[in-house]
This record gives sequence, structure tokens and C-alpha cells, in this order.
Amino acid sequence: MAKKKFVVASFDDEANLFPAVEKTRKAGYKIHDVYTPFPMHGLDHVMGLRETSLHTAGFIYGILGTCTALGCMSWIFVSDWPQIYDGKPHFALPAFIPITFELTVLFAAVGMVYTFCWLCQLAPFVKKHIFHPRQTDDIFVMAVECTAQTDVAELERFFDDKGTVSVEIQEAEAGWWWGRFDKEQQIINENAVEVL
Amino acid sequence: MSLFKYESELREPLVKGSKSYHQITEDLVAPIEVKPGKLWYIGFFIALCLLLFGVISVYTEVVYGIGQWNLNKTVGWGWDITNFVWWVGIGHAGTLISAILLLFRQGWRTGVNRAAEAMTIFAVMCAGQFPIFHMGRVWDGFFVMPYPNTRGPLWPNFDSPLLWDVFAISTYFTVSVLFWYTGLLPDFATVRDRAKTKLRKLLYGIASFGWTGSTKHWQRHEALSLVLAGLATPLVLSVHTIVSFDFATSVIPGWHTTIFPPYFVAGAVFSGFAMVNSLLLIVRKMMNLQQYITIGHIEAMNKVIVLTGSIVGVAYLSELFIAWYSGNRYEAYAFFYSRADLFSPLGWSYWGMIAFNVLSPQIFWFRKMRRNLFVTFFMSIIVNIGMWFERFVIIVTSIYRDYVPSAWTVYYHPTIWEMGFYIGTFGLFFTCFFLFSKYFPVIAIAEIKSIAKTSGDNHKWAVAPVETKEPEVFAHEYAH
Repeated sequence: MAKKKFVVASFDDEANLFPAVEKTRKAGYKIHDVYTPFPMHGLDHVMGLRETSLHTAGFIYGILGTCTALGCMSWIFVSDWPQIYDGKPHFALPAFIPITFELTVLFAAVGMVYTFCWLCQLAPFVKKHIFHPRQTDDIFVMAVECTAQTDVAELERFFDDKGTVSVEIQEAEAGWWWGRFDKEQQIINENAVEVL
Repeated sequence: MSLFKYESELREPLVKGSKSYHQITEDLVAPIEVKPGKLWYIGFFIALCLLLFGVISVYTEVVYGIGQWNLNKTVGWGWDITNFVWWVGIGHAGTLISAILLLFRQGWRTGVNRAAEAMTIFAVMCAGQFPIFHMGRVWDGFFVMPYPNTRGPLWPNFDSPLLWDVFAISTYFTVSVLFWYTGLLPDFATVRDRAKTKLRKLLYGIASFGWTGSTKHWQRHEALSLVLAGLATPLVLSVHTIVSFDFATSVIPGWHTTIFPPYFVAGAVFSGFAMVNSLLLIVRKMMNLQQYITIGHIEAMNKVIVLTGSIVGVAYLSELFIAWYSGNRYEAYAFFYSRADLFSPLGWSYWGMIAFNVLSPQIFWFRKMRRNLFVTFFMSIIVNIGMWFERFVIIVTSIYRDYVPSAWTVYYHPTIWEMGFYIGTFGLFFTCFFLFSKYFPVIAIAEIKSIAKTSGDNHKWAVAPVETKEPEVFAHEYAH
């Protein structure tokens, strides 16, 4: 993980955010991410993000749960320790349904939450750079990554008429690292990658 | 403005007062950032005392066995299982509000879902204690787990509803916690980024898992919530269905009833909403959240209470009808003598149940009553007492006079230790709830913000000029 340079544009109204994101994208700038205090429906489409496949993962986990439950119960009651309870046959499918259902739900839910945390890199003691201290409060933040081709001054001017409340340049770690939020944020210039 | 779907002015606003996003954050994080009031300390202390009494009662039971509870061979399930079913029932409202109302796109859930989910989790924690300690030899409780063991391997009975219950309740608890916690992540991040003290930054930093509010994360978060809601919806219905199987699959007159699953689920929702009402009326007063938990929210819940209360009433009548129509003498004895005869030893509990669960909630047909906070609070307590009676009626009146008259016993009454266990779970419940209300955002901050511009007080004016347009114009330009 390397430190990168970002132009950070902040908005206080989502009505300004959407067109700004669209224009930034059309102008060919590389949007690192947009941070919002609450889910903005349709923003993912404006940013050109693809749909998440988390549903599919959930389906697969669910099937895994169904198979585990049915497989284990059938093996135990038919082959490992066959016994007759309540006059039911060894393979008493209707009686297996409640546990099969519960395990399907359990596997799907637990699996999806783990996958969600894995994909979003969420865990205790994970630290990420916070571009604006109020991005989880009421400020909508767009971070544009400065690549070798980016003219930073021009990019700053680009935001002049986009309804921003502030535009600033930050150099920061782009990914995540193990850390704590009570420690000072590391926005240290000397370690930054040289931007040509 | 075209970004937002409009909500008619005719609908009551869900957030009162002119709130900006920042104001919403300020209001909802305030209880965490200031020292709690005197009431909080008093309440917390009382809850801890009750919990301590519960611990002593459970200790006595573990040391001396469940004979301490006055259970005998005829009445093998007394207060203990009654309390278990009661708490599990209460634990149904939270997931119903957060999952089913999410799927039905009910905006009002946003104000109450967080607290209701917390209540669910704590109620299920309380419920779980009862069957565990009812095992008697609680140190062998892990025998219910199917794992290869040195006892054969000897497996649990997968055909038994009691084992289904183990799976249902532990799954329900796990899924509820996951659903609740993933919803809490963004709000913990909000508290973290506002924190002034180092300790708060550290703790909420850990709890928020490093949430930033990235659009991609929000997209996945939304997908996750929706699928979890989809999974939790049949789950919540399955849990009380399976609890009802504990009774319905037996051959005891009074238990052996096919009507039990829907009847139990309706009863669970009924008591759960009553408990949510009791708690939210206290919380909104204690934490000044009247603008977020409005009278409209309370009224919506009272509507659910009158609906489910009436469903339960229909179930009671159907049971009586079938007891007569079946022509089964044992069934008729259970229903017409042990229950419906006011002068039989436990007849009072049946009529208490009818009065509290079926008759008294009918008051909520009147709008004035639904919107009256005192009536709502009073009724929420009454409903919960009524639902406790219902479980007592089902369990004890069905078994205290069984097939052999020599085994009849009308002398079952709980000991102080069995009552103490019940009181102790109140202690556990309220201890958890007080801690929750102090350290957690009681209202889902991000979700309130997402409805602020469609259902907020100060945005309703924007709708008026739109609503006066021609229907064709409205449909073409504004309708979603």
C-alpha cells in the first residue's frame, strides 16, 4: 500500500453531489471513492460501479447449509446410529425440515456477513483514512485520485462551479491498515509517492 | 429534488421539527455524549438488584435441583416454561419490525427498529436461560449439541421438537445479532468521528470496524440488509412455530392442536409490540426523542396490537369450537372444565387471559386511544400480563388434571426461587437495555437521514405544489 495524492471535494447537499460525480467521471478523472453519511440510492450507478454479487454468495452459503443439515442428519439416523423414535422411519424427512431450514438461514446469514466484512475490509482495529471528519455526519465527500496525468490545479478549478463547500489536497494511505482511531491520522508528506 | 421520491403531505411526518442532517446527528448522538440523568442511574441500580436476586435463585436451583421450583410429576412444566415462551414471544417484535417492515417498505420502522432489535436480542437471551436451567443438570447442557462424542457417539434426537427449538432459537439469536450489528456499524462510525475523548474514539473506533461510508460499502450494506431481512422474515415466523411444536406434537389434550403455529406467532407479535411500546415510551421521554419516535409511530404499533390481539381472540374461539365439535371428551374436559369454567381451580387464569388479551385491546379501535400515551403505556403492560396468562393457561391447565385422577394436582404454585428466576431475567433484560440506551445509538441515525427528506417535517412543503398538478403530469414527471 502506498500513499497517494487526492483532491477532496466536499458537498453539503446531495443535489449537488450527483451532477458533480457525473461530470467528474465524464471529464476522465479517476474517482477514488465517494463517502456519504447514509446510503445514496443510485450513486453507485452514477459512479459506474457494478452490482454487488453478495446475493449470490448468500445463496451458495444457504445451499451449503441445507446440504450440511440434511446430509448430517440422514447419515446419523440412517447409517451411524439408526434408531426408531416416535414410530418414524430412519429417514424421516418431514421431521428433518425444521433443522434443515434453520441451518440454511444460519449458514446464509453468517456467511454473508463474513463475506461483507471481507469485501469491505471491515474488522475491529482496521483503520482507514477519513477524508473529512464529518463524512459520517452531514458532508458528502468525493475523493479524486491524482495520477501522473492529472493537472492538480486544473482539477481544483474544475470544482469551482460544482457547489462544493471545500476543495483540498490530501496525501494519504489509500487502503487500510491495522490501527486505532484515537491515534493521530497519518497524512505525512515526506513518505508520499512522487507525483509527476 | 427529482432525486427523491415524494411522499404525500397527507402522511404524517416521521421526523418532526426542521432538521438538517447535522441536527439529526446532534440529537441522536447526544444521549451517548452526555452523562446520563438521575433516572438512568436509579433504573440501572434497580435492574442490577433484580439480576442479583435472579443469580441467587438460579444458584439455589442448580445446587438443589428443580424440585426447588415445586414442579411435580404431573405439572412438570410450570412457571419456567411459561416464562420461556413469554420471553421468546417478546423477542419477535424486533425482527418483525426490522425485517418484515423493511420488505414492506414501511418508513416508520426507521425510528423504532434499532431499539426493537436490541429488545429482541435481550429477550431471547432471557428466554434461553429457562430451558437451559430446566435441564436440571445444567453442566451437561452441551449434550444437545450434535458432535462426535465419546458416548457412542450418541446423537441428539433430530426428530424431537425440543431439539428443533435449540436450533431455532440459537439461529434466531445469531441472525438477530448479525442484523443488528451490521446496522450499527455506520452509526458507530458517526459517534467515533465526533468523539472528543480518546477513550470514546478508541472504543467506537474498534466497534465501527473502520467504517468510512464508501459508496461501494453502502451498496453492499444495502444488499446485505435486504437479504438478511428476507432470511429473517421466514426465520421469525419459524421460531415461534417451532416453539408451538413443543406442545402441538404431543398428545396432551389442550396442546395437541393444529392451530398452534399461527396462533403462537400472532401472540408473539402481539406481546412483542406491547413490550416495544412500553420501552419506547420510556426511552423517548428519558432521552428527549419525541421528534423521532412520534405519536404516529406509537399509533402504528397500536394498530398492530389490535390486529394481532384480535387474531389471538379468534384462535381462542376456534379452540373452544373444535373442543366441542370434535366430540372428544378429553379435549372437552381440558377446554370446558380446566380452562373456561371460572370456578375450576385455575379458571381465573383463562378469564384473565380473555380479558387482558382479547377484550381490552379493542380500545385501540378508537384513534384517540391509539394516540393517548397513558392509555398506550397502560395497555402495553396489560397485554404483557395477558400474554403471560395465555402461556400459563396453555401449559398448566392442560396438564394439572391428566388421564389418571390419582395423579391430579391442583397444588402447583411456584416457590420464591422459581419466581426469583423470572424476576432475575427482568434484571438481565433491563440491565442490558439500560447499557444499550447509554452506549449505543438508540435510533438508527443513517436510516433517519435517508428518510429525512421524504418524510421530514420541513420537507413536506416541497410536496404541496407537486401534488396539485394534473394527475398525468404528476405521473409522468414525479411518480416513481
